[in-house]
Amino acid sequence: MLTLSINGTSHQVDVPDDMPLLWVLRDVIGLTGTKFGCGIAQCGACTVHLDGQAVRSCVLPASLAQGRDVKTIEAMAQDPVGQKVQRAWLDLEVVQCGYCQSGQIMSATALLTTTPKPNDADIDAAMAGNICRCGTYVRIREAIKRAGEA
Amino acid sequence: MPATFSRRGLLAFGLLGGALVVGVRIPLRSARAAGPAPLMPNGFIRIDPQGAITFIMPDTEFGQGIYTSAGMLIAEELEVGLDQVAFEAAPPDTGQYHTAMRAYVSPLLGEQATGGSTSIRGDWKRLRQAGAQVRTMLIAAAARQWHVDPATCHADRAEVIGPDGRRASYGSLVEAAAAQPVPDDVPLKPASQFKLIGHRQPRVDTPAKVDGSLQFGIDVRLPDMKIGTVLACPVIGGRLRSVDEEAAKRVPGVRDVVRLDDAVAVIGDHFWAAKQGLAALDPQWDEGPHAGLQIADIVHAQAEASDREPEVIAKEEGDARAAIKGAAKTVSAAYQMPFLSHAPMEPVNATLHVRSDGADLWVGTQVPVRARNTVAQVTGLPPEKVQVHNYLMGGAFGRRLDVDYITQAAAIAKQVPYPVKIVWTREEDIQRDLLRPYYYDRLSGGLDGQGRITGWTHHGTGSSVMARWQPKGMQKDGKLDPDTVEGATETPYGIPAMRVGFTRVEPPGITTAWWRGVGATHNVFMVESFMDELAAAAGKDPVAFRRDMIGDNARARAVLDLAAEKSGWGQKLPAGVGRGVSLQLSFGSFLAHVLEVEVTSRGEVHLRRAVVAVDCGTAVQPDGVVAQIEGGLIFGLSAALYNEITVQDGRIQQSNFNNYRVLRIDEAPRIEVHMIRNDEGPGGIGETGTVAAAPALVNAIYAATGKRLRRLPIGNQLVGA
Repeated sequence: MLTLSINGTSHQVDVPDDMPLLWVLRDVIGLTGTKFGCGIAQCGACTVHLDGQAVRSCVLPASLAQGRDVKTIEAMAQDPVGQKVQRAWLDLEVVQCGYCQSGQIMSATALLTTTPKPNDADIDAAMAGNICRCGTYVRIREAIKRAGEA
Repeated sequence: MPATFSRRGLLAFGLLGGALVVGVRIPLRSARAAGPAPLMPNGFIRIDPQGAITFIMPDTEFGQGIYTSAGMLIAEELEVGLDQVAFEAAPPDTGQYHTAMRAYVSPLLGEQATGGSTSIRGDWKRLRQAGAQVRTMLIAAAARQWHVDPATCHADRAEVIGPDGRRASYGSLVEAAAAQPVPDDVPLKPASQFKLIGHRQPRVDTPAKVDGSLQFGIDVRLPDMKIGTVLACPVIGGRLRSVDEEAAKRVPGVRDVVRLDDAVAVIGDHFWAAKQGLAALDPQWDEGPHAGLQIADIVHAQAEASDREPEVIAKEEGDARAAIKGAAKTVSAAYQMPFLSHAPMEPVNATLHVRSDGADLWVGTQVPVRARNTVAQVTGLPPEKVQVHNYLMGGAFGRRLDVDYITQAAAIAKQVPYPVKIVWTREEDIQRDLLRPYYYDRLSGGLDGQGRITGWTHHGTGSSVMARWQPKGMQKDGKLDPDTVEGATETPYGIPAMRVGFTRVEPPGITTAWWRGVGATHNVFMVESFMDELAAAAGKDPVAFRRDMIGDNARARAVLDLAAEKSGWGQKLPAGVGRGVSLQLSFGSFLAHVLEVEVTSRGEVHLRRAVVAVDCGTAVQPDGVVAQIEGGLIFGLSAALYNEITVQDGRIQQSNFNNYRVLRIDEAPRIEVHMIRNDEGPGGIGETGTVAAAPALVNAIYAATGKRLRRLPIGNQLVGA
């Protein structure tokens, strides 16, 4: 039995220690905003925050998240930086299919929390792990800058 | 918001702020509570007496923004704001749902399907007409109640307004409007009166996509649902011989192992259990007839075919071969495009509950009728007993025009008593994808003394998707798949003598499928690569050479000139930097693209800047046009730079995003899209950016390095070259 703090709520889950956090979130707890894209930390669709840091939940054993603060896309509307990111994403119409955008927003929020005015190199470094098949990168870059100015 | 069940067992979810609901799926003929019936004189609009307005979307949404832009067409004439409307996916319709028989069949595709950049072109009249029809009935009802001439009333934001300023909400008029005759051919607004069309509207589907609340098919959760994953034989066409079922069942959380002819599924309490169970199975396979299949053999067969006379001639104008023979200069070249996977971000999945009296399917599909029918066929249920709950899709790119994954999921689901969600791993998604065909084309052209084209021959070879997917779409006694020559027979240029043919060569064991850009992606690469080679042979600037051949096609010339101007064509560039151009007329839209690249001394290609000029006629949602071109370019550039699916010993060699690379943000170019606005009928746009990507890329590489690459992807062809 693992005890996980997710979006400020404590959850007791009876899962194998090595089960990736992604599947605990999606299939056990029912937080489906965090997406499955590749399973090998190549695409970033599963990005969540672990103590504020962007991590790929598809390769993070759930046991390693014990005692730490897990935040998912579902909590971003309550996060002051997350709110700004979501607002900028809508204002600039970043989103197309939207499947990768939970992960994009989690990575962008983590970046802006530590680096409120990121330059292009900061954005490249923080966001290159998040693939978007619809090709929304031009607008992601602009929206991060917009959110940083808000 | 988690999924909830109503008592009728229907899934409802995704309530957003305000009145907007995306994805609530209620069958159109669902039994309703007592009280006045909703107003629904056509298949696209439903207004209930409480005033709720719902648009039933004939097109499926997978990121292209069609709910917004098609919704704008209805709203423009219905006189409502998009913020006042809920959207739902049309059910599979073969005529049984509504008196407007087969209302949801695409006028361009001939079936209920979304693809080929046909939605807006197909909806342009019918959806505006649908809105005008209902508005006319509502105004007539109000006028009758007020004893005034309907011509003195007008409508605005879901209200009818009388000559004295009296107002009645649409909801309050539902019952009276239903008694009005349903008018045909109501006059439509002229463009000068458009309030929505041509003006940027906020997308209706995106608020739920930024807060994680929107459920895709993969997010479905049902009471007692289990989750499964599948492994098909790693060799194309192979069969399952045996598995160690007990080893899988020892994995905690594993429930069942289900064997299929060519695959095995493990079902568990969660995906992780299913995946771990699958890993423990140690399946043994009968590798079948394709165990010796190699990519080189497939390419060789097409190369040989390209040297022979084409199997079918699609276009013969003048005597192209004689013109080339007698030309001052002749050029010949062969080009190759690889097999490609779709790899949408949402891996394919399907959730089914198969019972003795019916089945439910929760899925994202571009073809809801095909989805329903395959479940009926696999389960033996009558099609009307299969309920399809269609979801917004996490990308499709043509992948979800096929239903193989639904067929497979149904074969699994009918063997278990509970609802089961089948999710493919990314490895399965790529290795068991249906592939964009491999193309091997040969082109020849002649130039006269002034460097103008005198004759042109183009012989393409490859698989026909149409022959499998929609045989009735074949032409010339079933020999010509029009998709295989799209963009080859009709070019923006006035070439005096042309001969275009195709030879169908089907790769053993491989199933081919539609892929974003479809036929135009194939042929515009061929045509625009070859135009560049001819320009070089003629000693002319690539833009000037094209401009000279355009003839009297003013729209084509205008986009070419605009792209050249905005890109600064002709400016001196640093060493290693080059610009390439491509021009296309595809899906009813004109588009020119200038791409600037840098090729480093190590042979790496950096994408610096893309400038696009587009004339798609009426741009219904202008920002959506820009977004589709941006995204389409990135999709096409990813493929052109990195992507190919290859086969060794019958096995697909790529498996995930580590070896099927996708362009990342740090590799993406700056993109500028310039639009030429006019009131021509709207052209398609979803595919156009992808079409424009590869030809401008190889032409830019040529400009930067002098190296002409005739085979995609670029890969490491420039490394050490």
